[in-house]
Amino acid sequence: MANLPENAALRRTLALGPALAIIGIFMLIPVIIMASYSFLEAKSFGGVNWVFSGDAYVQLFYERMLDDSLRLSPGYLIIIGRSVALALVAMVCCLLVGFPVAWFIARQPLRQRNMWILLITIPFWTNQLVRTFAWIIILGRNGVIEVPFRWTGLLAPEQTLGLMYSNFAITVGLTYTFIPLMVLPIYASLEKLDFSLVEAGADLYSSRWETFSNIIIPLSKPGIIAGCLLVFIPSLGAFIQPDLLGGGKNLMLGTLVQFQFSTARNWPFGSAIAMILLAFVVVFLMLYARASRGSKSLEVH
Amino acid sequence: MTRIQPAATVTPLHPAAPTAVERSGGEPAVVLENVCKTYGRGASAVEALRGVSFDIRDNEFFTLLGPSGCGKTTLLRALAGFEHVSGGVIRLFGQDIVDVPTHKRPVNTVFQSYSLFPHMTVSENVAYGLRRLRRPADEIRTTVAEMLQLVKMERFADRLPTQLSGGQQQRVALARALAPHPKVLLLDEPLSALDLKLRQAMRQELKQIQAETAITFIFVTHDQDEALSMSDRIAVMSEGQVQQVGTPTEIYEHPANRFVAGFVGDANFIEAEITSPIGAEVTCRTKGGLDLRANGAKARPGQRSVTLFLRPEKVRLAPKGQGTVDGQVETIQYLGNACLMEIGIGEAAPVLVSERMADVDQPRRAVGDRVGVVFDPRALQVLEE
Ligand SMILES: Nc1ncnc2c1ncn2[C@@H]1O[C@H](COP(=O)(O)OP(=O)(O)OP(=O)(O)O)[C@@H](O)[C@H]1O
Ligand SMILES: [Mg+2]
Repeated sequence: MANLPENAALRRTLALGPALAIIGIFMLIPVIIMASYSFLEAKSFGGVNWVFSGDAYVQLFYERMLDDSLRLSPGYLIIIGRSVALALVAMVCCLLVGFPVAWFIARQPLRQRNMWILLITIPFWTNQLVRTFAWIIILGRNGVIEVPFRWTGLLAPEQTLGLMYSNFAITVGLTYTFIPLMVLPIYASLEKLDFSLVEAGADLYSSRWETFSNIIIPLSKPGIIAGCLLVFIPSLGAFIQPDLLGGGKNLMLGTLVQFQFSTARNWPFGSAIAMILLAFVVVFLMLYARASRGSKSLEVH
Repeated sequence: MTRIQPAATVTPLHPAAPTAVERSGGEPAVVLENVCKTYGRGASAVEALRGVSFDIRDNEFFTLLGPSGCGKTTLLRALAGFEHVSGGVIRLFGQDIVDVPTHKRPVNTVFQSYSLFPHMTVSENVAYGLRRLRRPADEIRTTVAEMLQLVKMERFADRLPTQLSGGQQQRVALARALAPHPKVLLLDEPLSALDLKLRQAMRQELKQIQAETAITFIFVTHDQDEALSMSDRIAVMSEGQVQQVGTPTEIYEHPANRFVAGFVGDANFIEAEITSPIGAEVTCRTKGGLDLRANGAKARPGQRSVTLFLRPEKVRLAPKGQGTVDGQVETIQYLGNACLMEIGIGEAAPVLVSERMADVDQPRRAVGDRVGVVFDPRALQVLEE
């Protein structure tokens, strides 16, 4: 009987086997390949030489001068900073718009809720590229927004609002693309929320705002955190929106990676940037783990 | 919009609070005037309350009793402010509160499903209302301790609601609602989820807590035993209307109409015609041709056809030939402390008789026995129309 726990542990490991194998093959191995490529020497036209080199990471922070000396270069750091900032702003925008939407859907009668959820997910069925192009028509020169300004003469023919090819346009694109990923997990937590708790809050002298911040927010925290992660992570690595809406002049990490593998054919450098991206994601997941440990007791029921 | 101040300070518990009767001279805690509530509109509209009017006295244990769907919860929700009434006036200590939002009413609710905040510990739950009222921290601490002691939950202060049994959650819900010392406490079938033994124990405890805290309790139930055993006064409701308001004795002994008589306890109804002048005692002839003397206090002058009402335990059985009328035992239901019998006396319906099993020498009845049935003219009442 004494070896029962070991037995149980062994059996559990065996049962997890297939799952572990899939994680290993599809997640761990690619990451290892990427990590090792980032420490190799670049071949001129793509691919790598199997020679150890830290050049890729040096290139991130320094510029190599003609005389082979290194000079600190902020170019890539700025791109990293901009990526994190834009992803955060997109995340906040998604939260601000997504939460009320999720609340609205959760408060509908059961049958209508499914219809709303369906509507929310419809954009996923259309090509992302096409949907992003649509924003050019809306934001662009003589686009949907500018036309009324021109008609009313507020905008001279040679002037433009300059909405396109800006950080603003990228943020709009990211928010638009990823908002369903915010709405769905928040909706899932709000749907489980017992509305009589909201009434109990009001009964115990909470104003609307106090009910919201003391009861609704804490009880939907798992959904909010999940939604934030699901928006932040793909926003950080996005390349279609910065490319099309940022006009390639406001680069983000995703664009940079794509550029290194396709046009620049510098695989180790592309891998190094991807590793930086991964580092950010890991940091955020760790913050998530800590935050959800705080609300773990909630998941009991 | 005026804000009604919830009782400004938490008054210490009054172990010897005056009873409701002694204080009944004061201003009523709640006055309902022609309160109406219609859910939905058009073809699917449901009239949940149709002109409800009555008063609830200060420091009273008041019960709303009625069958499922009669509008008890709707009335309670209107008092709490969760539901906006379609018409009428609700006054709380003289002030019309129809347009006062929930969080500004000095009224707290014990929810049927308890609705404790799952992310807060027991003591945080109890402290919640006091925090929103911005009470000083040390006052909150002492009140929470006091309330947990009152409901005997001190040992569970740091548990989460999910770690409590149903009965314990019920106590916490009570403590949470009592902590801000509301002027009126609303309880919507708080005992219905508990098992029988616990329910009976909690009846006593609730009654005692009401007396100690001197808060007006409005208690909703569809259980007549609960209503009779706990209440100072009861309002019996049916289909969105109040049928009768009175003390448990009034309701049980002198029901205002056939609905109340039938809903609260068992009852015999006998259709009859008055054959004597209307007075304290009248003589009636039943459809079966039986002449009975009855209590005519509720008979209207000139009234002829009446319904006579009689509680089964007010009927006495005698040896054959010695009763008001002879009958035959048709069914027997043995209840341990009593026997419930149906006795045919040649009327449309058999008479329901409850015989206490108090006497050791009592004859044991059997189906088919012929017995004398004794009607007491004081207990046989003419029902109000
Ligand atoms: N939100 C609502 N929408 C429509 N109709 C409702 C709503 N709430 C209650 N009703 C209807 O109003 C009537 C009164 O309901 P209420 O919940 O007040 O009854 P109740 O006396 O509390 O019954 P129970 O003892 O079963 O709890 C019922 O016919 C019910 O169907
Ligand atoms: Mg109800």
